[in-house]
Amino acid sequence: MPVATANQTIGPFWHLIEDPTWADLTRFGAEGEKIVLTGTVTDGGGNTVADAAVEIWQTSPEASETFPGFGRCRTDSTGSFRFMTLKPGPVAGLGNAQQAPHVAISIFARGLLKALTTRLYFQDEALNETDPVLSLIDNAARRGTLIAKKVSADTWRLDIRLQGGNETVFMDI
Amino acid sequence: MTTETAPFLATTAGSQPANDTPSYGSTHLRHPTQPLLRIPQTVTETTGPRFSPTQFAPMADLSVTGGKQAQGERIIVRGRVLDENDRPIPHTMIEIWQANAGGRYDHPGDQHDAPLDPHFHGGGRVFSDADGWYQFVTIKPGAYPWRNHHNAWRPNHIHYSLFGTGFGQRVITQMYFPGDPLLALDPVYLSVPDRAARERLVAAFDIDITAPEWALGYRFDFVLRGRNATPTEQG
Repeated sequence: MPVATANQTIGPFWHLIEDPTWADLTRFGAEGEKIVLTGTVTDGGGNTVADAAVEIWQTSPEASETFPGFGRCRTDSTGSFRFMTLKPGPVAGLGNAQQAPHVAISIFARGLLKALTTRLYFQDEALNETDPVLSLIDNAARRGTLIAKKVSADTWRLDIRLQGGNETVFMDI
Repeated sequence: MTTETAPFLATTAGSQPANDTPSYGSTHLRHPTQPLLRIPQTVTETTGPRFSPTQFAPMADLSVTGGKQAQGERIIVRGRVLDENDRPIPHTMIEIWQANAGGRYDHPGDQHDAPLDPHFHGGGRVFSDADGWYQFVTIKPGAYPWRNHHNAWRPNHIHYSLFGTGFGQRVITQMYFPGDPLLALDPVYLSVPDRAARERLVAAFDIDITAPEWALGYRFDFVLRGRNATPTEQG
């Protein structure tokens, strides 16, 4: 049986394939609760990471002709990303479990030889208390690295720390 | 048969680079220090985006820009996209980017003192066919210096991004060329611990892909993570 191809870093010049419109998941005419997801990526020295590709994938609402479910956004010179998307609802889990609304995130950058994957959850969702992934994290502060804060009527913010104090919980899938 | 939502197989030890690779300096402040959280694969991980050529137009010839030929050695790259179950992955998108023949990216961040080529941009996109085959035309990228260590040079390489059929199958990698003396010195290439896994990042010269009087051909296959068989799988 063949073994999966090894990953190699995306490097600093991946913008040759960038299409900035991909950061807007509503661009094909999707209807629903439009929200902004934003945040800043920083490294273990507290420096902003200005050359990353941030990708998101969500299965709620279900992908369709008008909603790709997937987006990609560069981090800008201040290390920030900004997506426009639709607010996800609860997602089926394994067995009878239900997952809280969430968005999967992959970070690619120079210095990352393979993707770092994590999830974004939403502040004040009742299902967060019983979510099967959040429940795997005993430490409340660590769990908090996955929960976006509502900063305005339609905007949630989640900062991503690659290393060090308050390091984001990254996942092995 | 496996289903579209069956979980992906575990990663084979040694086949993927470590996040913390000290010889590659940029990993120093960018690798997590906490262990990764092992999570069960749900529909979020087992499904993924679909890209259609009608919405994402293919760009299968990087060697011509604005109707003019790029400088350098024209090559054809052809291969298959398969999974670890040895099944072809049809109609999947492959993103491509690379430096020009002189080893310079058409990117404002690249300050290497080598000429830009007005007829080479270096971005492309192709889709695998019904049997997983893909092909594109480009020019052979040049080597270029980087500041990882004294006299550091990246071997000739082409970058690829593939999505496969699920979030857990995403891969971004680089393809190298056979016989490149820089491979033995490159921390990015050497970051893959298993030698066989590493060597599969090197394309093979292929006389059958080579087009007479026109361009050399290289063969490069991608293998994406396989899926576990479902309990109902039979023979």
